[in-house]
Amino acid sequence: MGRYSIFAVAAGALGGNRGWRPAWRKAVPKPSYEVVIVGGGGHGLATAHYLAREHGITDVAVVEKGWIGSGNVGRNTTIVRSNYMLDRTVPFYEASLKLWEGLSHDLNFNVMFSSRGVINLAHTPAQMDIFTRRANSMMLNGIAAEMLDVAGLRRRVPLLDVSPAARFPVVGAIHQARGGTARHDAVAWGYARAADSRGVDIIENCEVTGFLREGDRITGVRTTRGDIRARKTAVAVAGSTSQVMALAGIDDLPIESHVLQAFVSEGMKPALDVVVTFGAGHLYISQSDKGGLVFGGDIDGYNSYAQRGNLPIVEDVASAALAMFPAFSRVRLLRTWGGLMDMTMDGQPIITTGPLPGLYLNCGWCYEGFKATPASGFTFAWTIAKDEPHPLNAPFRLDRFRQGRVLDEKGRGPYPGHH
Amino acid sequence: MRIPCPTCGPRDLREFTYIGDALRSAPALEADADTWAAYVYTRRNPRGEHLEYWQHSHGCRQFLRVRRDTATHVIHAAACVGPHATEDEA
Ligand SMILES: Cc1cc2nc3c(=O)[nH]c(=O)nc-3n(C[C@H](O)[C@H](O)[C@H](O)COP(=O)(O)OP(=O)(O)OC[C@H]3O[C@@H](n4cnc5c(N)ncnc54)[C@H](O)[C@@H]3O)c2cc1C
Ligand SMILES: [Zn+2]
Repeated sequence: MGRYSIFAVAAGALGGNRGWRPAWRKAVPKPSYEVVIVGGGGHGLATAHYLAREHGITDVAVVEKGWIGSGNVGRNTTIVRSNYMLDRTVPFYEASLKLWEGLSHDLNFNVMFSSRGVINLAHTPAQMDIFTRRANSMMLNGIAAEMLDVAGLRRRVPLLDVSPAARFPVVGAIHQARGGTARHDAVAWGYARAADSRGVDIIENCEVTGFLREGDRITGVRTTRGDIRARKTAVAVAGSTSQVMALAGIDDLPIESHVLQAFVSEGMKPALDVVVTFGAGHLYISQSDKGGLVFGGDIDGYNSYAQRGNLPIVEDVASAALAMFPAFSRVRLLRTWGGLMDMTMDGQPIITTGPLPGLYLNCGWCYEGFKATPASGFTFAWTIAKDEPHPLNAPFRLDRFRQGRVLDEKGRGPYPGHH
Repeated sequence: MRIPCPTCGPRDLREFTYIGDALRSAPALEADADTWAAYVYTRRNPRGEHLEYWQHSHGCRQFLRVRRDTATHVIHAAACVGPHATEDEA
């Protein structure tokens, strides 16, 4: 596999761009592997990459039922940040952000990570207090955070309505300048290519339909392309977790699958160079390098495997976007779609050994899964290789709910809608 | 999506509030921690038919038990629960 570089681009151009090779092989399943990863989303592919790079485990297959990037990794609104509050969650997201900062070089693939900043608006003094507390918690964990007042916001986001006449007047904001966005497809492709170049087999159009077992122990997977044996079987299927785990007889996970919609407008001249989130509802918006506004809001709110949503959310996000940016009222919506979200009861994921011998589970990504992709892959690979969690994912155990050690950032109690 | 409310007839999704999974029922107060943890946190989360509670919050305000397909959004049945319960084919 050739390295990508300016010289490769120049050489390619001189050769009429006829010499480019596919970024990963079309692998055919072998009868057995050291590790089989179920799910070729961001997390499955990142796990394969770090297994190979960090632990030298290259006898690995990633088994994906559709094509690489067909799941949430290619459907999300690409926001990356680490402005969390709890001492048990902040280090994980910060480790992820640090991996993002070097990811294009690490993968030799431009993931277009852009530290354009993430601004969360506050609309009441109480909300400002909560954000200040969060900023303090971040700084205690060594992460820069900044509070903005209205004048600062007006300078930083000129199109934002900060007037007292706004539908929900803004009183200030918390700003994480290192947060930003990345190109979601490139993340999937970059990890796939990097893992493939170290010998990992990426097997597309191969659905897992059951598990091989010896007694309690999981010893591989049944797929639409035959049985594949594995010493270790790792599941990272995001919104399909309950379905896939039910094939192993586990039907009591703290997860509901919900639909989250995303929206993209027609392309425009550069108008918004930072990610902004609404504080009087739920909306996050940024502008992609192609010029489209990319935004989203709440999950539709009822159990769903449909990967498409309903109209009330369209109205909800549009009204929130216009409450913030009245100037966008003439912008036309170009595309909308939905993704299958694995919502846990405290808003944080599960990255763990088990729950059966030979099995490893990575799920429950809620709204956090894209920003978490690098750290999730890094810590899941560690957990698989060493049969114990890395300190960063040790809090993300499955029995934390039973033990009352939930990671409920906002103290909202058990429901599948935390963000 | 439209939900056929037994008292109001078929009404638009936005008149309703989702309450959630109706497959679970609260254990006795003196039940052990495992039973309570299972009730509070775990879900079957099926792809396909799902029994769930909704409230017609912007209509008759009745609580409904609805049998809906989570993959197609087809609604097979809806009945009122509580003191004004209707015939429950759900
Ligand atoms: C609309 C939307 C917006 C979002 N916005 C953000 C955001 O701004 N920031 C953020 O941090 N996160 C965001 N997220 C969340 C994030 O995208 C997900 O949490 C994350 O992508 C999930 O991990 P993944 O990439 O591995 O999942 P996926 O890409 O969904 O990967 C799971 C894969 O498993 C495969 N699979 C399922 N069943 C089987 C089977 N039986 N056999 C084989 N393969 C199977 C699927 O086909 C799929 O490709 C958003 C999500 C959505 C839907
Ligand atoms: Zn009614």
